[in-house]
Amino acid sequence: MALQDKDRIFTNLYGFQDFRLAGARKRGDWDNTKAILDLGRDAIIQQMKDSGLRGRGGAGFSAGLKWSFMPKKSDGRPHYLVVNADEGEPGTCKDRDIMRHDPHKLVEGCLIASFAIGANACYIYIRGEFAREAENLQTAIDEAYAAGLIGKNACGSGWDFDLYLHRGAGAYICGEETALIESLEGKKGQPRLKPPFPAGAGLYGCPTTVNNVETIAVAPTILRRGPAWFAGIGRQNNTGTKVFCISGHVNKPCNVEEEMGIPLKEIIERHAGGVRGGWDNLLAIIPGGSSVPVLPKAICDTVLMDFDSLRAQRSGLGTAAVIVMDKSTDIVKAIARLSKFYMHESCGQCTPCREGTGWMWRVMERMVRGDADIAEIDMLQEVTTQIDGHTICALGDAAAWPIQGLIRHFRPEMERRIAERRGLKQAAE
Amino acid sequence: MSAPRKTFAFTPENLAEAKKIIAKYPAGRQASAVMPLLAIAQKQNDNLLTQAELEYVADMLGMAPIRVHEVASFYTMYNLKPAGKVQVQVCTTTPCWLRGSDQVVEACEKALGIHCGEVTADGKIGLIEVECLGACVNAPMLQIGDDYYEDLDAESARKLMEALKAGGVLKPGPQNGRKTSEPLGGATTLTSFPAEKA
Amino acid sequence: MPKLTIDGQEIEVEAGITVLQACERAGVEIPRFCYHERLSIAGNCRMCLVEQEKAPKPIASCAMPVMEGMVIKTDTPLVKKARRGVMEFLLVNHPLDCPICDQGGECDLQDQAMAYGMDHGRYHENKRAVRDKYMGPLVKTIMTRCIHCTRCVRFATEVAGVEELGALGRGEHMEITTYLEKALASEVSANVIDLCPVGALTSRPYAFNARPWELRKTESVDVMDAVGAAIRVDTRGREVMRVLPRLNEDVNEEWISDKSRYACDGLKRQRLDRPYIRKDGKLVPASWGEALGAVAAKLKGTAPAKIAARVGDLADAESIFALKGLMASLGATNLECRQDGAHLPSASRGDYLFNTTIAGIEKADLCLIVGANPRWEAALVNTRLRKRYMMGGFKVAAIGPKLDLTYPVEMLGDGPSTLAAIADGSHPFAEKLKSAKVPMLILGMGALSRPDGAAVYALARKLGDACARDGWNGFNVLHTAASRVAALDLGFVPATQNPEAPEVVYLLGADELDLAKFGKAFVIYQGHHGDRGAHRADVILPGAAYTEKNGIYVNLEGRVQLGRLASTPPGEAREDWKIVRALSDALGKPLPFNTLEALRQKLVQAHPVFAPIGQVTPVASMPWSGSASAPSGGAFAYPIQNFYMTDPISRASATMAECTEAFVTGTAPMDANRGTGTHG
Repeated sequence: MALQDKDRIFTNLYGFQDFRLAGARKRGDWDNTKAILDLGRDAIIQQMKDSGLRGRGGAGFSAGLKWSFMPKKSDGRPHYLVVNADEGEPGTCKDRDIMRHDPHKLVEGCLIASFAIGANACYIYIRGEFAREAENLQTAIDEAYAAGLIGKNACGSGWDFDLYLHRGAGAYICGEETALIESLEGKKGQPRLKPPFPAGAGLYGCPTTVNNVETIAVAPTILRRGPAWFAGIGRQNNTGTKVFCISGHVNKPCNVEEEMGIPLKEIIERHAGGVRGGWDNLLAIIPGGSSVPVLPKAICDTVLMDFDSLRAQRSGLGTAAVIVMDKSTDIVKAIARLSKFYMHESCGQCTPCREGTGWMWRVMERMVRGDADIAEIDMLQEVTTQIDGHTICALGDAAAWPIQGLIRHFRPEMERRIAERRGLKQAAE
Repeated sequence: MSAPRKTFAFTPENLAEAKKIIAKYPAGRQASAVMPLLAIAQKQNDNLLTQAELEYVADMLGMAPIRVHEVASFYTMYNLKPAGKVQVQVCTTTPCWLRGSDQVVEACEKALGIHCGEVTADGKIGLIEVECLGACVNAPMLQIGDDYYEDLDAESARKLMEALKAGGVLKPGPQNGRKTSEPLGGATTLTSFPAEKA
Repeated sequence: MPKLTIDGQEIEVEAGITVLQACERAGVEIPRFCYHERLSIAGNCRMCLVEQEKAPKPIASCAMPVMEGMVIKTDTPLVKKARRGVMEFLLVNHPLDCPICDQGGECDLQDQAMAYGMDHGRYHENKRAVRDKYMGPLVKTIMTRCIHCTRCVRFATEVAGVEELGALGRGEHMEITTYLEKALASEVSANVIDLCPVGALTSRPYAFNARPWELRKTESVDVMDAVGAAIRVDTRGREVMRVLPRLNEDVNEEWISDKSRYACDGLKRQRLDRPYIRKDGKLVPASWGEALGAVAAKLKGTAPAKIAARVGDLADAESIFALKGLMASLGATNLECRQDGAHLPSASRGDYLFNTTIAGIEKADLCLIVGANPRWEAALVNTRLRKRYMMGGFKVAAIGPKLDLTYPVEMLGDGPSTLAAIADGSHPFAEKLKSAKVPMLILGMGALSRPDGAAVYALARKLGDACARDGWNGFNVLHTAASRVAALDLGFVPATQNPEAPEVVYLLGADELDLAKFGKAFVIYQGHHGDRGAHRADVILPGAAYTEKNGIYVNLEGRVQLGRLASTPPGEAREDWKIVRALSDALGKPLPFNTLEALRQKLVQAHPVFAPIGQVTPVASMPWSGSASAPSGGAFAYPIQNFYMTDPISRASATMAECTEAFVTGTAPMDANRGTGTHG
C-alpha cells in the first residue's frame, strides 16, 4: 500500500507551487499554530514521542525524547534550538528541497520546537553552498516576521521567538551537531567531546537541541494531524513518512516522500524509473547516504527502507539517500571515491580519523588497481576497526563503514583484481 | 596568504550588512559572525581573502587574527589563494561520479583550457573539483557563483563553459528539461496538487 | 565522593575529576599525548582510551568525568588494541628521524611507541611532509614531526595569553603555526618546547648540542628575577648546556621564563676568571694574594665612615652575610642592597614581601598593580595572575603607564595622584577595594625607585593595609632582584640616614647602580662578569655565577631556597663567601666560619627566618605606622626597559641579544624571512 498524496507532508517538494507564505498557507501551513502552542510544552513533547518520529538526520534518535532532555526550567541561561541544515552527506539532497520549496514548514517547525524546549531563539545553520536555498528560506523568515507568526508574541501565543539564518562555508563535518555548534560560535568546525551533551551545554554553553531540517519541518503536520496519524504510517518503531533521495544508476533519479518501510526495490521501480538496464542489472546499493555500508543486490531484492530493517542487514537508513550502482560500476572505485571524500572532510582534530582516513584512501586507490597484497585486505579491514569507535565524532565511523561494507560483500572482486594484476605482472616478467 | 600589505574596508553597503549580521548574535558573541563576514569580504575582494581582509574582520569582531585565519583555512569556500573571480566547482563525489562527472570535468577543462585547480590566464575563471554539493538526484552537477547547474553531460557542460567564457546569460538548474528534483518526465507523486505559478 | 572500580580495584575519588586522574590515583598509568593537567582538555590524541563497562565504545579517559559506580578497565584486549591503533596512526606520518632528533631520549612518542606500539610498521604509503614554521629565536620547528596534540596552541592561548599560535587547514593537512609565522611574542614562549611531546618544537639555541643521557642534572633555583623559579641545570663537563623548569606548585608550577631558560649561554662569555688590579689606569691580571692584599690595605687605610658596600641583584645570602660581617668588623655601616634606590622599608618582613604568596594570587578577587609591569619584572607572577583571570571573577586595575599584561587591566591613572585619590576615597576604585572579598595590591619598584618613593610607599601601603582580610595580608611588593629579600632580611641597609661620600666602595656583584656618583672612590668589584661594575673597578675579585656555587636565595615571597652547584667557576674564580672569608684573613679580622655549613649555622642563628627551607612563613598584616609627605613626582616609570637583558649574565647572552632584537628593539625581522643556520 503506497503512500497517498493526502498523507504526504511536503506537498510542494518539487516547487511546482508558490513557496512563499501565501502558497504555504494554502497548503495548510501556519493554520492556527497558536492552538498547537496552547497545548503546552509537555503535551507537545508527549505527542512527538507518541508519533514515533525518529530524527531524520541520520542517527534516528527519537525526536520527542531528545526534546525532553532539555531542562524543564531555565537556570538563567537561555535555551537554543539549532537546526542542522548543513546537508552534505553524499547522496542526500532532501533538506535542500524543503528549504527552497517548502520553507514555511521549517519556519513553523522552528517556532513549535523552540517553544517545546523553552527556546526563544533558533539558528538555522545552512551549508554555505546553498545560496539560493538560503534566499528562499530567508524570504520565508522575513514573511513570517512581517505576519507576526514569529518575533514578539509569535502567532499571538505570548511566546517571543527569534529565528536567524546562519550560513556555513564548506565543511561536511559541520553536519555533526557539536562541530556545527563550534562553527556557529565562529570557530573551526571541530566536534566537541561529549559529555557535556548539547542539552546541558551547547551553543554558547547554553542548553541546546540540534535537529535536522526534515525532523523539524514535519513537526507541525504531525501535531496538526495528531501523533496517531503519523504513527499509523510505516512500521512499528519506524513510523511516518520520509523523503528519500534516489541517485545513481536509475532511469529517473528523484526525491520522493514515501512511507517508512517501503521495500527498496519498490521505491526505485515506482518512482525512479527502475535501475538502468533493469533490476537484474543491479550490482549494489548504498541505502542511506555515503556513510552506511553498501548492500549487494541479493539483499536489495527484499530489504525494507527503515531504520531497523537496514540495521538488521548491517547497514543503515542514515539520511535515506539511496545510491544505486548497476553492473557497469567499478564498485571498488565507487567506494574509494567515498574514502577520498572522508579524507577531505576529516577535521584533523583526532588521531585515528586524521591519519586513518588518508591511509585508507591510499590503500583503497591501490585496491582499485589491484596493486596490493591479498593480506592487505585484512589489514585494511583492521585499520577500519582501529578508527571505527575510537574517534571524537562519528566521521571516523562513517569513513570506516563503507570500506567494511565493501570488504564484507565484495571481497572476491578485490581479490580478483589483485590476482589479475599479479598475473599480468608475472606474464610480463 | 602572502599578498603584499594593503588595506581593506567594507563598502558602506557591506558594512551595513555586516552590522545586521553581527546583531543576530547575543552580546559578546560577535565572533559568531566571522564566517558570514569573511564571505562578504571575499565577495568584495574579487573572490579572494588576503591578510588585509582577515585582519579587518578580526578587528571588527575583536578576534585574534590567528583565530580568523584558522577559520578561513578550515572551510573550503574561502579562498586564500587566487581562485578566479568566477569559480566553476564541479562535484565529483560518488553520486555525481556514477553519472558521469568525469566527462563533465573533462568537458570543462577542455572548454576553459585549464585543469582543475587552475585559473584562466586572465584570472577570471577558476575550475575546481569539489566534494558533494548536495544535489545528488540532479547529478552530475556543478556550481558557478551562487547557482547550481544540474543534470549535466559533457555536451551541456561544454555549452555552459562556452557561455560563461563569452559572458552570456546562464540558465541555472537542471539542463535536461526537468524542473527540479522530480522524476524526469513527470512526478509520480503529488499529482493531486496541480502545479501553479510559483 | 564517587566510588569507582579501576581494574578490579575499588577507589573513592573526589567528584569532578576525570577517569584519567582517578586511574592515576589508583596507581594505574594511562598513556597520553594531548592531555596536560595545566591545559584545557582537548581529547584529540585518543591515546588514553579505556574501557568502561556497559559503554558501547572505548572512552577518552582524559575527558570523561568520574561517575558513581563506574567500572573502568585499562588492561583488556580492547584497550590494548586501541592504544596500538593510535600509536600506529601517530607513526604513519611521523618521520623515522629519531637518530637526528633533539627530542631523542626524552620523547613521549618514542617512549610510548616502545611501551604500546607494534614491533613493525604496516604503512607503506608516502609519508606527509610539512614545511617548517618560523616561531622566533628560541623555538626550533620541524613540523613534519608534529602529532597535532595542540598542547602548544593551548599553552599560548591559555597560559601565555598570546593568541598567536593556531592550527590551520584541516584533516591530514592541518598545520600548527604562528600567525603569519611571526615569532611567538611571549616571555614564557619556550615552555612549548617542554610541552611538545615529540620533536616538532625543540630548543633552537640548544639544537644538536647534547643528548639527554650525556648530561648531569642539578636541581637549583633561578636568579634572573626575584620569583625564584625551580630549575634544573643540565651540564656536560663544566659547561651549562641548558636550563629547564622543575615543578614547584607554589612558585612556578612547571613553567619558567625565556630569560631563566636561555640566559645561560651568557655564563660562557665575558667571565672574570682571575683577579685584576688597576695599574696606571689599566686593569692588569694579578694573583689572589696581590688582589686581596691591595683591597685589605685600602680598607685598613680608610676611615670606616668612608667605606661603603653595595650588594648586587644576583648575590647569594651567604656572601651577603659574610660581607656584612666583614663590614661590621671594620666598623663600616654604609651598606646598601637597594641598587635601584627603591625607598623600601626593611624594619619588618611584611613591609617588603609578596605577602599573599604567588599561589595565593589564586584566592584573590581584585588586584591593584602600582608602578609595576609584572610581565617583565616577574613573568611567572604574571602567568599566575593570568591563571587567576582565566578562572573567572577576577578584576585587575593598575596605576602606571599603559600595560599589556595578557589579560584585561583597567588603567586607573599613571602616577601618585591617582594613588592618593584612591587612598583618600575620592576615586571610585576605593569603593571597589573596600567591597572586594579578597583584594590584593602589588607595589613595584617603578613606584619606589624615585625621589618621592618613600611617600609613594606610604600611600600604597595604606591601600595595601586596606587589603587585609581575616587571615589575609593583601599587600605585596614586587621585587625584581633575586638577592633583594635576603639582603633586606640580613639588614644590608645603611645604619645612618645620610652617610658620608665613600672613598672606598665594595661592590658585591653590583652592576645596576649609578657608578658615577662614587666619583673618584676606590672601587672593589667582586663578581663573575666583566660588566659595568668590573669596568669601573680598581680591583676585581672573580666570583662564581649562580650555577657555580651552593647558595641560599630568598624569593619575593620570603621563601628560602637553595641554589646548587652544577659546575665549577672558571679559572681562578672562587665561590663568593670564600672570597670574603679570605679577605677577612687578609684584614686580620677572620670571620668566624671556615665552611659553608658553619657559615649557614651562624646565619640561621642570627636570622632565624632562614631556617625553614622552601617554606613561606606568613606575615600577618600590620598597619603601617610610618609617615611621609605627599608624593611630588609625576607618572611612574617601569624599571625594566628590556626584559631580556637585566643583569650581567643576560647581558652577556647571545640568545638574549637575539631576543632583544626580535622583540624589543625590533631590529630583527619578526617573521619567517629571518634566515638562520637551521631554518628552512
